[in-house]
Amino acid sequence: MAAKPRRLNLTQKYQLMTRGLDWETTYQSMDDVFPYDKYEGIKIKDWDKWQDPFRLTMDAYWKYQAEKERKLYAILDGFAQNNSQLNISDARYMNAVKIWMQGVTPLEYAAFRGFAMLGRGFRGAGARVACQFQSIDEMRHYQTQMHAFSHYNKYFNGFRQFARIRDRAWYLSIPKSYFEDAVTAGPFELITAISFSFEYVLTNLLFMPFVSGAAYNGDMATTTFGFSAQSDESRHMTLGLEVIKFMLEQDEGNLPIVQQWLDKWFWRGYRLLGLVGTMMDYMLPKKVMSWRQAWEIYWEESGMALFNDLARYGLRPPKYHEVATKEKYRITHEFWCTIYQFSHATALYTWIPTEEELDWFSAEYGELFDTVYRPRYEYWAELDRKGERFFQKRLPVVCNVCQIPIFHTMPDDPLMNCCLVSEYKGTKHQMCSQGCKDIFDHEPEKYCQAYIPPQQIYQGNCGGATLEAYKEWLHIKDEETGEYYGSEDHIMWEGWKAQSGKPADAPA
Amino acid sequence: MADNVFIALQNNPDAQPIIQAIVEDNPAAVVNDSPGMVKIDCPKRLVIRRETVEEKIGGEFNLQDIHLTLISLAGNIEEDDDEFVLQWNI
Repeated sequence: MAAKPRRLNLTQKYQLMTRGLDWETTYQSMDDVFPYDKYEGIKIKDWDKWQDPFRLTMDAYWKYQAEKERKLYAILDGFAQNNSQLNISDARYMNAVKIWMQGVTPLEYAAFRGFAMLGRGFRGAGARVACQFQSIDEMRHYQTQMHAFSHYNKYFNGFRQFARIRDRAWYLSIPKSYFEDAVTAGPFELITAISFSFEYVLTNLLFMPFVSGAAYNGDMATTTFGFSAQSDESRHMTLGLEVIKFMLEQDEGNLPIVQQWLDKWFWRGYRLLGLVGTMMDYMLPKKVMSWRQAWEIYWEESGMALFNDLARYGLRPPKYHEVATKEKYRITHEFWCTIYQFSHATALYTWIPTEEELDWFSAEYGELFDTVYRPRYEYWAELDRKGERFFQKRLPVVCNVCQIPIFHTMPDDPLMNCCLVSEYKGTKHQMCSQGCKDIFDHEPEKYCQAYIPPQQIYQGNCGGATLEAYKEWLHIKDEETGEYYGSEDHIMWEGWKAQSGKPADAPA
Repeated sequence: MADNVFIALQNNPDAQPIIQAIVEDNPAAVVNDSPGMVKIDCPKRLVIRRETVEEKIGGEFNLQDIHLTLISLAGNIEEDDDEFVLQWNI
């Protein structure tokens, strides 16, 4: 009888299948083979100190990913076969899914490209292997999300021609510019930006309360790909924390560089997540928790615990996190008020929340909501009743860094618009906040080259210098834009509900 | 502030023995149910012990299998074949 083969323990297996497969190059110098991992100024003395706490190796990776895919596709197939689009809480909800497909899914693809570069770029084998896994993960997320959305595309507007929209839609430069900023940085900044600032510190806000909200709103497809993706994210987050600790342990001169990146990427990530908060607060007809509450749990509690832990390396919490906390009472309302006025220029529908929803906002957000935002909604609802649904006639001025329309208010005055200006080489650049202005001022040569869609559109570079010409160039039809009530999605939804004998939702 | 670590798992049958083992091995753990998801908070340190999960399952369990139900976590990870630990070194 053959002896039972001896099984390697996790640590041995990890050593053999990462560093054990690596070698020092001799025909060419290591600096020539890995030309990009020194110029940012990060000093690494010993790459062997890199540890993946999960100690994941390629064999285990394929095994687990295959299992996740089998589960995911079984559910997606069942979802499509059973017409499960009928089970969502309300067709307004689909607009959150449209934002996901238009704005978030292309980021998965951008991350796949970024991590493919990192999987080649670092000279440490442990880091390269972890980045290679992540690169494949990101491609998987991109594909599984597209497969899930393809079912909704059969019924709802806003899902077609995702690639053209990604390239041309003015408002999608918000997420797109975030990743383009990251992948045009050096490798250590890229991994800090994505794996730590975005994935560790912030994406819990997207993948936990929002995806749990998708479950609560009957969207089994999004829930399933969301949680399946997030199981990979746990690994990415772990990579993010590991890379921060690794840089700080290797050389004390790395601290100021890392701190500056954290300041920058916390703020950029936070600005981007304002959109996710708006999806949670306004686009989930059945509520799980408000943005304010999510911010308290995932930033004020978990984020602070993380930075308390990192304090031993001399790291402090990112600059302007107090501003972000002050803004928790208003950011989603300011965002929705803006989208409401511009949705005729997007492949999305918007609406005034129902009375019941306005009461929920009052309970969650208190006096500020009742005095500042509720009156706006009542005013717009009144205009709508008179047949004068309000839309802005022109596209907005957007921030030169985060590319979000300049609608944010001063940290201590929710009635005073915040617009800060930096002058560089004779041109004025407008920013939405001190956080974004600091980022611009630190690297003006980079951000003065940013592609700002509304400026390009009005210069006539996008099909013509009018909104109508631009929409034609974008291939957006009027019926997939603007007001939700009375839209094609709304009419179809009411028809379905009437067939099933359930009451249709009433217009506001 | 309690400086909690947390682990979030999908609320499906595979996760139940893991959740039960966590509750048994971490008396300070607080289980928060949310649609589709269970989030477990614990001050400073949380451990998942392979043996406890195996008792709940009544069979073998590989700790790396938590990747199949894991949604998210917070804390520094220490993992070997017997224990999966999340902790803040504060």
